[in-house]
Amino acid sequence: MIDRLDQMLSFQADALKLRAQRQTVLATNIANADTPNYKAVDFDFAKALSSAQGSGSGDGAAAGGSIEMLYREPSQASLDGNSVDMDAERGQFADNTIKYEAALRVLNAQIKTMLAAVTG
Amino acid sequence: MSLFDVFDVSSSALTAQSQRLNVTASNLANADSVAGPDGTAYKARQVVFQAVPQDAEGGITKVSVAGVVEDPSPAKSVFNPSHPLADAQGYVKMPNVNVVDEMVNMMSASRSYQSNVEVMNTAKTLLQKTLTLGQ
Repeated sequence: MIDRLDQMLSFQADALKLRAQRQTVLATNIANADTPNYKAVDFDFAKALSSAQGSGSGDGAAAGGSIEMLYREPSQASLDGNSVDMDAERGQFADNTIKYEAALRVLNAQIKTMLAAVTG
Repeated sequence: MSLFDVFDVSSSALTAQSQRLNVTASNLANADSVAGPDGTAYKARQVVFQAVPQDAEGGITKVSVAGVVEDPSPAKSVFNPSHPLADAQGYVKMPNVNVVDEMVNMMSASRSYQSNVEVMNTAKTLLQKTLTLGQ
């Protein structure tokens, strides 16, 4: 029974974990916007989520080891070797914030549905 | 690895940017200081930022100030024979502070600071919403 509940929530839980991780990565990029030779990084969310789902229990996302960090392709080269594009990072950050909240809401709704089923 | 790491990363950036702002303030304040403690004109200083990887696989990298370096460019010579510190030819060595550069530096530091504050606020909002999960 508990296993079924876990199965139902695991997709959104994994998504939420990965959204939190991506938020941290994007915050790192924004924090290092003025650091010489820093290269902006990001990861493929869809790929990371499917690999977290494939690993079963959902621990794959938490471990963070299975996620492949990729360097962002700079749109305009800068003299100090920094590849952070502040506009792009801020945009991605806002986008990720909304999607984190979306995952949170879906998860909340799922919990409410289950609670309704339990309490009748 | 959690959303709490955002606070670590962003606050390291806040510290670095505020030090940069401090150094800029010092440069601007001393733009006309012809004599420092060693008797020579003030030398402009610049901070050097350094990325400090915390968790390379997770992509977390903090910022730190690797050091404060003196601007190696020569002091500006200004012709002013009546100045008490003028040399035999009547020139005074003025600080090598470029006020325009410093103003640009100040604006850049303040914008970066603001961005990081906003990032922290967003992370805080998300965490607060996460706390209400299942209620």
